[in-house]
Amino acid sequence: MEEILTVQNITIFVLAVFVGFHVVWNVTPALHTPLMSVTNAISGIVIVGAILQVVEIDGNIFSLSSILGTISIFFASINIFGGFMVTQRMLDMFKKKSK
Amino acid sequence: MNTLNLSCYLVAAILIILALRGLSSPVTSRRGNYFGMLGMAIAIITTFVMNQAFVFWLIGVAIILGGLIGLIVAKKVHMTKMPELVALMHSFVGLAAMLIAFASIFNLSNEHSTTQRVELFLGSFIGAITFTASLVAFGKLSGKFASKTIIFKGQHLLNLVIFVAMLIFGMIFFVYESHVAFILMNCCALILGITLIVPIGGADMPVVVSMLNSYSGWAAAGIGFTLNNSVLIIAGACVGSSGAILSYIMCKSMNRSIVSVLLGGFGSEVVQDDLGAEKKSHKTGSAADVAYLMSSSDNIIIIPGYGLAVARAQHALQELTHKLIEKNINVRYAIHPVAGRMPGHMNVLLAEADVPYDQVFEMDDINNDFSETDLVFVIGANDVINPAAKKPGSAIFGMPILEAQKAKTIIINKRTMGVGYAGLDNELFYDDKTMMFLGDAKVCVEDLIKAIDDL
Repeated sequence: MEEILTVQNITIFVLAVFVGFHVVWNVTPALHTPLMSVTNAISGIVIVGAILQVVEIDGNIFSLSSILGTISIFFASINIFGGFMVTQRMLDMFKKKSK
Repeated sequence: MNTLNLSCYLVAAILIILALRGLSSPVTSRRGNYFGMLGMAIAIITTFVMNQAFVFWLIGVAIILGGLIGLIVAKKVHMTKMPELVALMHSFVGLAAMLIAFASIFNLSNEHSTTQRVELFLGSFIGAITFTASLVAFGKLSGKFASKTIIFKGQHLLNLVIFVAMLIFGMIFFVYESHVAFILMNCCALILGITLIVPIGGADMPVVVSMLNSYSGWAAAGIGFTLNNSVLIIAGACVGSSGAILSYIMCKSMNRSIVSVLLGGFGSEVVQDDLGAEKKSHKTGSAADVAYLMSSSDNIIIIPGYGLAVARAQHALQELTHKLIEKNINVRYAIHPVAGRMPGHMNVLLAEADVPYDQVFEMDDINNDFSETDLVFVIGANDVINPAAKKPGSAIFGMPILEAQKAKTIIINKRTMGVGYAGLDNELFYDDKTMMFLGDAKVCVEDLIKAIDDL
């Protein structure tokens, strides 16, 4: 079972690399900076992994795991909110003069 | 995890891919960004309803605090400072990935199978390298420490030794699940992040930033493997390949191999070409001269470089362009892929100054037009127009350049006659059809606007 899960993960990973490759090659060079800031936000997805660590273990809220998880959530949130926001700001600049 | 969770994660992953897809054009990009936000929200909410004993208030406080800081920074940051911000954010992803791996290790209710140990090893060491390497990159970009290349004897050997030590500790962790070995392994990775980036210098920073972008994605994917979480794997893989593509494009635009960038040292060797000794003469012009030349042209191409951003002259430049267009002059901007400090940086700076994006052209789209151009106005750029790139033996040989030398007249605005990042002199400065317009970019452009009004 364990092995099957790993192979499934690798399958997902390899396919996602292909998808990412094709999608990103089509990004116009003018938007490479917003691409980087939006990928900053997207890599904030590690927040999902961090949330999974902040659980009560045997009635104990402040285990080492939950504290480390909370710190990770904090940093990942900066990326998610900051990344999407600054991307939006830049893309709005590209909008103004498209008339 | 049940079927509903997995389906929601799939939706989130698709939305995130659509966010990247939207960036293929400025028109669809904002919609794409909303897709990205929605995808992220779905991923987080799906995790919340996974029916575990989450400590919600702790999670909430961390999200609100981090979110607020993120929003404030995003609102306030200057567009010239984007490379620093991006580098800093890469380090946050690296740190988070490393801490999650630690949390997972110290979570005593979890047993780690052998495959999971390999995955934890990969996720945390990539995260740790990304963390310190991005911090060093941030420091170099923001001028907190010297951006010049630092080379010492045996640096490659040192890196190799640290790398091997890291692998050995990783193996010990794999065999005995020893926490001490895991900690030592990460210490090695943290040090490696520093020693890898310190030798890499100014001109190569766009490659470094792109590369760390890629690492931060792989780190996220690595954590996804550990937690068997599909959305993490997919998002991480997309970010990782995005950064890899950007690194490749940057290297190609400088005709450098990724290996030589990583080994460091570019721009450090003092190139003494024999012509350097003799005093070459160049023509200089006043704002009035330049204004006259500009207003008697039909076609102008402006080549902006990082000097423009440093002087914050992009708004003045846009005003100048506006005046020229009013005189029925065809004005276009030509952007070299490595203009600025990160991929696409110059485009954002021009967009901020309200330059319409249909006036801005990429190198490959405009390079054939230079021979039919009356006047090229180079502002704060140097290496990207250096014809030395076509001469074998030059330090920048093979680097694609903007063919400014083919235009009828060339006006170059620089602060001084000094050399650019690559440390090379530029023979174009001494060409007969070149006029040097020396001074601070912003002051010069403002003078130019006045001079054009006075004509």
